[in-house]
Amino acid sequence: MASVTLSEVRKAYSSMEVIHGIDLEVQSGEFLVLVGPSGCGKSTLLRMIAGLEEITDGTISIGDRVVNDLPASQRNLSMVFQSYALYPHMSVRKNLAFGLSNLRMPKDEIERRVADAARILQIGELMERKPRQLSGGQKQRVAIGRAIVREPQLFLFDEPLSNLDAELRVQMRVELAGLYNRLGTTMIYVTHDQTEAMTMATRIAVLNKGNLEQVGTPFELYNNPRNLFVASFIGSPKMNLLKGDAAGQGVNLSGLGTLPAQLGTSGPVTVGIRPEHLGLNQPGDIAVDGTITLVEYLGSELFVYVALADGQSLLAQAPGNAQFKRGDKVSLGFKASDAHFFDAEGLRIEASA
Amino acid sequence: MSASTMPAQTTADIAHAYRQERAKRAKRSAVLKHIFLILTSLVMIYPLIWMFAASLKPDNQIFGDLGLWPSEFQWENYSEGWNALPVSFTTFFWNSTVVTVLSVVGNVISCSFAAYAFARLEFSGKTIWFALMMTTLMIPYHVVLIPQYILFLNLGWVDSYLPLIVPKFLAGEAFFIFLMIQFFRQLPRELDEAAMIDGCSPFKIYWAIIMPLSLPAMATAAIFSFIWTWEDFLGPLVYLNDMKDYTVPLALRSFISTDGVSQYGPMFAMSILSILPILLFFIIFQRLIIRGIAMSGLK
Repeated sequence: MASVTLSEVRKAYSSMEVIHGIDLEVQSGEFLVLVGPSGCGKSTLLRMIAGLEEITDGTISIGDRVVNDLPASQRNLSMVFQSYALYPHMSVRKNLAFGLSNLRMPKDEIERRVADAARILQIGELMERKPRQLSGGQKQRVAIGRAIVREPQLFLFDEPLSNLDAELRVQMRVELAGLYNRLGTTMIYVTHDQTEAMTMATRIAVLNKGNLEQVGTPFELYNNPRNLFVASFIGSPKMNLLKGDAAGQGVNLSGLGTLPAQLGTSGPVTVGIRPEHLGLNQPGDIAVDGTITLVEYLGSELFVYVALADGQSLLAQAPGNAQFKRGDKVSLGFKASDAHFFDAEGLRIEASA
Repeated sequence: MSASTMPAQTTADIAHAYRQERAKRAKRSAVLKHIFLILTSLVMIYPLIWMFAASLKPDNQIFGDLGLWPSEFQWENYSEGWNALPVSFTTFFWNSTVVTVLSVVGNVISCSFAAYAFARLEFSGKTIWFALMMTTLMIPYHVVLIPQYILFLNLGWVDSYLPLIVPKFLAGEAFFIFLMIQFFRQLPRELDEAAMIDGCSPFKIYWAIIMPLSLPAMATAAIFSFIWTWEDFLGPLVYLNDMKDYTVPLALRSFISTDGVSQYGPMFAMSILSILPILLFFIIFQRLIIRGIAMSGLK
């Protein structure tokens, strides 16, 4: 187990900077998820930690060692790739043992570790097969097995589940979480899937365009997003965003009325309200009438799209047994305490209601 | 029973007749295709058949008798041909084998090294080196023949196999390098990266990952390298002067004398034997190509 410290880490390809000075502290034994839209630099950052990509500026330390100039093999870490990257010409057993034999480890120790990994991941009966004879989920298990036999200080995962079908992804997610609980090793996990991020992470780091937007527990990110980007990125379905104007006693929302919330500033603001906080035909601090344009039935819940008179569309969530249909007139309301406020720069403002 | 009295069968009959008609047409076109292919392959293979027939005829019949079938089978051409020259063909075949095997080994190793560097490693001036390498593809062998001869003369290597073998260990065949670069580039880079994390040096990545996955490219290079070296006439002609050093093609040329009587029968007999190693090598190594293609279902 080791902590990982990134300070002022930058990456530039020729003159194009893609990572703009990232400071990040991953604690020992933590499951940190790097999440962000595609092209935000999360995979590049992971590859820099792994030693597969050179650092343009800054320092990366694993434990108390600065690893900037250490080759990947000497950083005492394992990585699971998106494509699994199993060696196609080697059997599963050889795939697992390959890295260990490169370390000149004694044969019986290699055998013990390979057998352990096979038991943990239940791939015992696959040991003599070649990767092409395995299904996607089995390949995934072998790839994880190859990572755990090294007994490293740090695990790196680069979107490991994105090649699996939905059902298998949920299953592997549970297994990975179980593996983390069992090994307790520090893990850094890259994904663009926020369900994976929310369910598995101890803490989540949200990246956007090469900048770190926020680091926090899933709870913090969901309930206290530091800026508009995090607010709209975290949460599915997305948060509703309304344009407003802050003045002394409240926020004027065009077409909705005035929301009683004291922000201590004035001027244009953005008000965010999550779909589950938007009540259908329920009283709130503010209420507005609209017409349902679409109802999505998911069994346990309903997503209801409501068009307001001025053309804005809002998304509300209702329990699965609620009866709504397209064309219904409804009233939408929410409480000021459930709303999130962001200033013109998109930074969070706390309301003193 | 006619079809008209049993309407229930009519559609089935029509379908049956249609199927028969279609099968007949397919058969006819297949026969035509095969006739065409057989004829063209006969044209291709005729010189070989002619040579084999000639190798069994007495000298006076080879150019006089138009028929392929020898009036009498003169198998002695083979035993006589083997020892017809002052040095036996055992020596020539041995010489050819040494030169060819070393050339194949040299070409496959050195060209795959160079290709690995171009495909996977970073070094300064990579694009310029690559362009230079590719331009050597366009220079005919005959252009460099004389400068090369002078070079090897100054090194004192003329009259030895060194000029024929050493260049093969220096990645001189741009064609093979290019072939392998194209193949290496298809292999996912994540394999290299996984191997890097697994503690492999660049050489180990080449040796344990890239090389075993590139058997088809290696086999292709080996086959071409074998054929080109085994058949090479000009190289040995320029650098080898002593008959006991001759390779097979050079020895075959010695049957034709400008002053005395040429021994055509034995020459054709030895020519036939000289083809066999190529055939054998091809049969062995083309399996690797097929197996390699079956392996490359990577994902």
